[in-house]
Amino acid sequence: MAKQKNIYPEFWKTYAYTFERALPDEIEKVDFVVLDTETSGFDLKKDRILSIGALKISNGTISPKTSFELFLQQETFDSRTVQIHGILKKTKIGQIGELEALKATLKLLEGSVLVAHHVAFDVGMLNEALKRNGLPRLKNPELDTSVLYNKSLPKRKRKKEGHYSLDELASTFDIPKTDRHTALGDAYITAIAFLHIVEKLKPVSLRQLLKKDRFGWLWNNF
Amino acid sequence: MYLCVMGNVISERIADFLKDFPPFSVLDKKQLHELAVEVTVMYKAKNTVVFNIDDEAHDNFYLVHKGAVALWGTIEKVVIDICDEGDIFGLRPLIAQDNYRLQAKTEEESILYAIPIEIFRAYIKKNERVMNFLVESFASNTRNPYDKNHKGQLLGDTAQFDPNDSGYRLFDLQPVEFSGEITSATQNTTIKNIAQKMTKKGIGAMLIEKEGLPIGILTDKDLRNKIATGDFSIDTEAKGLMSSPVITYPPNLTITQAQMAMMKSNISHLVLTEDGTVNTKAVGILSKHDMMLSLGNNPAVLVKAIKRARSCEEIRPLRKGVMNLLRGYLDQNIPMALTSKIISELNDACIKQVIELSLSQMEKEPPVKFAWLAMGSQGRSEQLLHTDQDNALLFEDVPKSKFEGTRTYFLDLSKKITQGLNTIGYDYCPADMMASNPKWCNSLSGFKEMTSKWIVRPGPEEVLLSSIFFDYNRAYGDKKLVSALSHFIFDTVEKYPIFLSHLASSALMNPSPSGFFRQFLVEQDGEHKDFFDLKKRVLMPLIDAARVLILSHNITDISNTWERYEKLAEVEPNNKDIYMACSYASKALLKFRTKQGLQHNDSGRYISLEKLNKEEKMKLKRTFKTVKEIQELLNVRFMVSRVR
Repeated sequence: MAKQKNIYPEFWKTYAYTFERALPDEIEKVDFVVLDTETSGFDLKKDRILSIGALKISNGTISPKTSFELFLQQETFDSRTVQIHGILKKTKIGQIGELEALKATLKLLEGSVLVAHHVAFDVGMLNEALKRNGLPRLKNPELDTSVLYNKSLPKRKRKKEGHYSLDELASTFDIPKTDRHTALGDAYITAIAFLHIVEKLKPVSLRQLLKKDRFGWLWNNF
Repeated sequence: MYLCVMGNVISERIADFLKDFPPFSVLDKKQLHELAVEVTVMYKAKNTVVFNIDDEAHDNFYLVHKGAVALWGTIEKVVIDICDEGDIFGLRPLIAQDNYRLQAKTEEESILYAIPIEIFRAYIKKNERVMNFLVESFASNTRNPYDKNHKGQLLGDTAQFDPNDSGYRLFDLQPVEFSGEITSATQNTTIKNIAQKMTKKGIGAMLIEKEGLPIGILTDKDLRNKIATGDFSIDTEAKGLMSSPVITYPPNLTITQAQMAMMKSNISHLVLTEDGTVNTKAVGILSKHDMMLSLGNNPAVLVKAIKRARSCEEIRPLRKGVMNLLRGYLDQNIPMALTSKIISELNDACIKQVIELSLSQMEKEPPVKFAWLAMGSQGRSEQLLHTDQDNALLFEDVPKSKFEGTRTYFLDLSKKITQGLNTIGYDYCPADMMASNPKWCNSLSGFKEMTSKWIVRPGPEEVLLSSIFFDYNRAYGDKKLVSALSHFIFDTVEKYPIFLSHLASSALMNPSPSGFFRQFLVEQDGEHKDFFDLKKRVLMPLIDAARVLILSHNITDISNTWERYEKLAEVEPNNKDIYMACSYASKALLKFRTKQGLQHNDSGRYISLEKLNKEEKMKLKRTFKTVKEIQELLNVRFMVSRVR
């Protein structure tokens, strides 16, 4: 095991190192990275990530400077999903290779909690991409805004299956849906919704917040 | 290396918001996008301090994107300003090299944009308008707290009038209206030519100009006195006949001043010039006739005309004058309490006249004493625009044998009155809450029986009927009858206090005006889809709450909503703040609704949000808070949960 660890590239080691110590337990001190991927489809094995949008929340603030949207070069391509996200296979602007994209994403994810709407899917896609590049799975603790939102509602108002679309959240919190279906646009909507939800849940610690998301957390690890 | 350098969807969102608000609105697209990349988005929970008094200056100033931030002064518990969506605050570090003098604390969950001061400074240097705006904003955020009354008012009553002053004089202080179209001739034009021109244009006076400046005037009277008498020939040039020099006044002259001027010089036409002297261009001519027309809008004149009317058809056009007067008052920012008082009096005069006329058409005199009651908004004297008629007729008790005959007489009378009211412009009530309906034309005992049923066994319909009927106001007839009914109602309510809980519960049923994030809630479907229902969502909650509270205090004879709140502030000094806020909000909202109604020629009830400017929207939102507070008070006080 230890031997194998050494074969990983430097950027992975740097990323992994940030999780060897426990993350701060005070919510204000935790960095959250909110992430969204646009993909060619929903099959974790066959489909590919088209773009990754990610931003960092530090002490309740978001800056365009610590956010990015990456477009990945594609080998396979499903014309059907183009209608949704508008990303064509041959779009030229700043496309980068999968490994480069993973590098940039891991850099942002260092020492943070990963937040996404239906996080299992985005993390699944990222883990498959990591696997293709001979890398282990992500190490970040994860939070799912859909699950957390359900928890933030009074019991009688919760949906049984606990599923809420990002559009529903955007309407509830009055977040304009201008950049819906771009990776960073969705990440931003998710981030603002996340901040509202955390305020409603009023967790005393990161541990408690992660507990509220227990279902999503388990789901992703089995 | 992939992090944002040139902007991304987040900075685009930020730029898109900035562009609508000063001072950012003066920046060009490129500058906006450069700036947006540097902005940070901050989420702040409710009651979070953004900065404290004496805190060291931040590197940013702030723009409220969502939510609201209150600025507190050095004196304990004084809110200097509340910043809403699009407002900026925390400018001190930009202008002065010292610590904050105010505390900024979120009033609710908020999203702020932090604008880095060093980067913004570059734009200030390039753009004077940006600087001016910032200096003004800064000054207004730190002004003397006693000035706060003049900031953030919904269509503030800026005119300095004493509301106790007789309203009838106010009109005379309004500026005159005159035609800006001037027909002029030179001094060498012949009288014949001028007379032809005057006839063609249908005017009574001709201005004589030299090099664009007024030098004389020729009027009908000159033609009659000097030409028709044969003293001068029609080929005389204007300069031989005109009155010169002309008497000039500035265009902002009031009606009283104009009247005085005409009387003083015994002239029928005034020339209005740019600065009021003969050395500037003429901008208009005011004739005695114009002035008489303007005077036709004087309330005292209107009341006289209404009283002289011999038929309802004659009253109808007079009501147009009332509307003009209303428009004028609103434009002049005359205090709403006074405006509504005058307009309501005029409306009352119309109703009284309709009743008088209807009585004169009846073959017999009324068999017993009666009173005509205005209900609903009219009863509350809050009906400035035409809306439906809600009314009732109350007559003295008669022996059982005579009851039907008496009621038949009054029903006939009521039919005539409601028809007359319809003629002068009041629509029939769609729910038939009118005195022509036997249900609303009854004896004192009849009404007592009906109202006591409502109070003793209140169901949803009974509560609704009470909420309309209990705002009644005597528009005509016998005072004693009306106060006998009022006392009966109050005594009964006192015996059955549960009724107040029901009434309070119904007052809380109105849908909320704003959603989770203070966004306006609009109608979801129906004829008014996507419109904001001002009446249902904001006005009614205030009106309903006032009614419950005033009933609970056994106070008769006040049916107007803001007067009710003023009275409540008097009897409950510990709640004075909230009641005064409600009184203020009711006036402001009524004014808002009336303005909207006049603008769109409807009842002003449904508001198209796109047509409101930012200021109007924000000021409207400020009243929502008052609504929420008074509803909380009702909820607690009347233990509404008991009846739910």
